[in-house]
Amino acid sequence: MIQLIDVSKTFHSKNGTVHAIRDVNLEIEKSDIFGVIGYSGAGKSTLVRCINLLEYPTSGKILLEGIDLTALDEKALRRQRQKIGMIFQQFNLFASRTVFENVVFPLKYKGLKKREMKEKVFSLLELVGISDKSRAYPAQLSGGQKQRVAIARALANDPGILLCDEATSALDPQTTQSILKLLKDLNRKLGLTIVLITHEMSVIKEVCNRVAVMDKGRIVEQNDVFSIFSSPQMQITKDFIRKTSNLSRIDELMEEKSSIVQLREGERLCRLDFYGAHTKEAMISRISQEYQVEASIIFANVEVLSDTVLGSLIVILSGSAANQNSAVRFLTDHDIQVEVMKSA
Amino acid sequence: MPEILRTWLPHLMDYSDEFWKSIEETLQMLLLSGLFSFAAGLILGIALVVTREGNILENKVIHQIIDKAVNLFRSIPFVILITALIPLTKLIVGTFIGVKGAIFPLVVGCTPFFIRQVDMALTDIDNGLIEAAQSMGISPMGIIFRVYLKESIPALARSTTITAISLLGLTAMGGAVGGGGLGSFVIRYGHNRFYQDITYVSVVVILILVSIIQFIGNVIIKKTSH
Repeated sequence: MIQLIDVSKTFHSKNGTVHAIRDVNLEIEKSDIFGVIGYSGAGKSTLVRCINLLEYPTSGKILLEGIDLTALDEKALRRQRQKIGMIFQQFNLFASRTVFENVVFPLKYKGLKKREMKEKVFSLLELVGISDKSRAYPAQLSGGQKQRVAIARALANDPGILLCDEATSALDPQTTQSILKLLKDLNRKLGLTIVLITHEMSVIKEVCNRVAVMDKGRIVEQNDVFSIFSSPQMQITKDFIRKTSNLSRIDELMEEKSSIVQLREGERLCRLDFYGAHTKEAMISRISQEYQVEASIIFANVEVLSDTVLGSLIVILSGSAANQNSAVRFLTDHDIQVEVMKSA
Repeated sequence: MPEILRTWLPHLMDYSDEFWKSIEETLQMLLLSGLFSFAAGLILGIALVVTREGNILENKVIHQIIDKAVNLFRSIPFVILITALIPLTKLIVGTFIGVKGAIFPLVVGCTPFFIRQVDMALTDIDNGLIEAAQSMGISPMGIIFRVYLKESIPALARSTTITAISLLGLTAMGGAVGGGGLGSFVIRYGHNRFYQDITYVSVVVILILVSIIQFIGNVIIKKTSH
């Protein structure tokens, strides 16, 4: 288990003082996949670097299985660091070394026999699905392959924890998917605890069990991923979620005054968000039958998170004003959030 | 063949023994001072880089001392430096003339240049690689040898080539103040007595030496870049 207690990090520079992270408290369970999301400059990169003390926090404690890392001397800290693997956005592979030499790097000078090292490296390369590339140099690999090599190298010391610093941000969507799938597999197979920072909610949605949202150095919201998606509390969280679905297109369309969102007299453009149980019920046809309100769907987005359905619709309601009001009330009574975005 | 040489290079043939000897001296100065400068420059260059603020062995005092010393020695023109160093050279090697007397000032003149070259080569290493090694629990010494030095071999080969060529220039200048080698040979005969054949043949010899150094450098760079 990783615990961060009242961790703050302040940078002093000529241009003044920057509070990169402030009073962060965090607990990450063993074998969890924990995500930290925030915009660039929110302090998430500093936060993940504090976990293995690449950045020394200005105050606070970092506990790893109860051991306070900030209290250790250099040598003891290096031993602890071997229990924490780390991968990076820019992969950070050694360009002068082959894939094999990169992965064997952390294993050298530890009294292992050549044969043992070789076996270990090939089993790691197998694990990340890249055993045919052992003789290649990093420059000959694609981004996804490089990150696989970096993961194999990070796992060479058999760490219990893997820190991922924007590990998929330099990859295309398809490669991102395959790397995230690999991380999930490693979590399942090895019981690896994964701490992942990202600025993309889709990454969180894909792999994480829990998530913390960071803004201006603080953790503003923290919950399991389903709860974050179904009932986000803070505006910044809502913004992140909005961006993951195609529903955010509606804002652009409204700005462009697209003909799709042109309303006729008496119509309303609404956003409906529904979570869980009612998702399966035919709400749209019920309002049309019971209140004579027609709902034409412009956008729809349905997610499955931890076996529960989360859905959002952008619709244009038409019908008499009184009927529309009753229909909205009916939907609200059934735990569907209704937001009138525009009316005419 | 000797007849043709005698016609075209009369003075060079007269002084051919001295000519061969000065080539030998130039090579001696180049190799010996090059070796010392390489070792000293590498050690001090690494020290300069790793003691810089935010680096793995941050140490303001050591960093400032090396940095200022490099700037100081680099700003003194080499002919003046040799003269200024005479007492110290005498103290250390016993003489300040000839090849023996030239080595020490050459090392002092060349090392700061090489330190800056090493500084540039090592600073070019992506900080992410250092972070990656630190995250694996590698010690500072391990990072110096296995990351900084290993990863910058092509850049260091390039720096060494440039430094060796500029050192060759310094050895010729050393000749002006009694250092021996091709520089003093050309000054004695090409300059003072205006034997032009001696000057031009020496230029060709220097050109060949530079080409050899550059060729070796290029081969190493090519072999070590991936």
